[in-house]
Amino acid sequence: MNKYLLKLYITGQTPRSEAAIANLRKICETELNGVYEMVIIDILERPQLAEDEKILATPTLIKELPPPLRRIIGDLSDTEKVLLGLDLRPAAEQDNP
Amino acid sequence: MIGAINQEPPIVKLPTGIPGFDLIAYGGLPQGRTALVSGTAGSAKTVFAAQFLAAGIQKFNENGVFVTFEESPEDIRRNMQGLGWDIARWESEGRWAFVDVSPVPGTEIIEVGNYDLGALLARIEHAVKRINAKRLSMDSLGAIFAQISSMSTVRSELFRIGSALKRMGVTAILTSERSHEHGDIARYGVEEFVTDNVIVLRNVLEDEKRRRTVEILKFRGTSHQKGEFPFSVIPGEGIIVIPLSASELKQRSSDIRVTSGNPELDAMCGGGFFRDSIILVSGATGTGKTLMVTTFMAGDLSNKERRLLFAFEESREQLFRNATGWGIDFEKMEREGTLKVVCDYPEVASLEDHLIRMKQVISEYQPARVAVDSLSALERVSTVKGFREFVLALTSFIKHQELVGMFTSTTPSLLGGTSVTEAHISTITDSIVLLRYVELMGEMRRGMTVLKMRGSMHDKDIREFTIDGKGLHIGNPFRNISGILSGNFNHIALQETDRLRGLFQDTDS
Repeated sequence: MNKYLLKLYITGQTPRSEAAIANLRKICETELNGVYEMVIIDILERPQLAEDEKILATPTLIKELPPPLRRIIGDLSDTEKVLLGLDLRPAAEQDNP
Repeated sequence: MIGAINQEPPIVKLPTGIPGFDLIAYGGLPQGRTALVSGTAGSAKTVFAAQFLAAGIQKFNENGVFVTFEESPEDIRRNMQGLGWDIARWESEGRWAFVDVSPVPGTEIIEVGNYDLGALLARIEHAVKRINAKRLSMDSLGAIFAQISSMSTVRSELFRIGSALKRMGVTAILTSERSHEHGDIARYGVEEFVTDNVIVLRNVLEDEKRRRTVEILKFRGTSHQKGEFPFSVIPGEGIIVIPLSASELKQRSSDIRVTSGNPELDAMCGGGFFRDSIILVSGATGTGKTLMVTTFMAGDLSNKERRLLFAFEESREQLFRNATGWGIDFEKMEREGTLKVVCDYPEVASLEDHLIRMKQVISEYQPARVAVDSLSALERVSTVKGFREFVLALTSFIKHQELVGMFTSTTPSLLGGTSVTEAHISTITDSIVLLRYVELMGEMRRGMTVLKMRGSMHDKDIREFTIDGKGLHIGNPFRNISGILSGNFNHIALQETDRLRGLFQDTDS
């Protein structure tokens, strides 16, 4: 299985940031079987990184690996939608693994 | 601080440096606030936003941040080069910074749950602090909705960004699209949170001609001029707003006379034209307007003052040949540096562009006399309203320069009549000279009269004049004909004229 590189951009320790981190951690643990790297970047501390990645909204999750690159914004509260966005769920008709 | 009334200091204006705009804005944009600049596609919103920063850098040594939601920084750098702004250099000097929020091609953004624009705010604050910016432009709001869908988020976040900018003392512009001219101010209903100050840019098609205008709709808590003002986007310069009523009539009046180039006409005017006055010469085609301009240009060559001629009807070659025919050597004058002739077809540019160019040439060349032959030719490239504004702006500009100006105007009909030009200009000119055809005993003669001469006595007769190889010669008054000005001639028998003269004998003449 390919290793996942996930970067989560947040702005400070807000409840929304905390929720996004918790939701992402849960998804990684249950779905990615440990083959992932999760990086949390606080834009307030490193604004230049947000500039380089052209981050507009926070929280923003970027799946850098494996390709294709995916961007998800929001607190990641809907697990199914996140999985779909990360290409971890195949298209609906082949839903049964 | 409970119970204390939060009293804000009075509003200070920040000069934008956009030519003409600060005049209509009574000083500039309210400092530390965000102004909405709204307009349809192609109304020069991005230019306005970029020029606000460019002028700050060039004229006030104030740095600026450009937040782009739509075009990429590469596109903006390239597009603005034509207006003379080297953005890449300013970036390397730390005077200009981009916050690039333009869409990344090929990336789809999935929304899961709640989010805010904290990242954008952090990036803006970072950029402002990094280059110590005093100005900021955001262009344009609509493109943000291509990336995120929540209108309420954008609304509350814009409000947050606006407050942050205020806290940092940054004066900002936010551009937004309108779907129609003269419709709703803005499209998204989001804008109302920054609409303390609203500026509308228009690009209206009127009689098959494009006309750009800028209007300050409101400045909360401070004043500005009302109504639409024309503007133009000039290569190498950017937006130039043409303030009309801003150029007040406050020029000094002088009683120094200058010659018209024709001693007989000088005598009719009571000793010549006043310096810093404007003379309108009106007549049908072929009555001798260009000749009057030519002799005016060549008047009193003993002093080495500079003369400037704008010709919109004839080519350079024609003008020079005509002048030679009347014994005036334009080429020699040009060699000696006392004459500059600018020939143009009216159709090569819009009226606003003509005006701006004419002002530039006058400012650079600093002539003592200037002539426009003919002003009425410019009517062709404009609407009636646009032309009126043009004449007003040009006249007041020339008067401010304290030089003597001669405009010609062609009347549409051969006999009698007035032109649109005259209707607009007659009250602001100091002198009017009418040239008219006179039908006399089956022959076409020419008549001239000084209709008005502000601040001076003048000859009230309608005098016959002839044109020959030496120029224009003014002869005797027409005595036995009336109705020359209206073109409805009425011949009076000679003995009748004598009888009338006997009745109203001028005792002092």
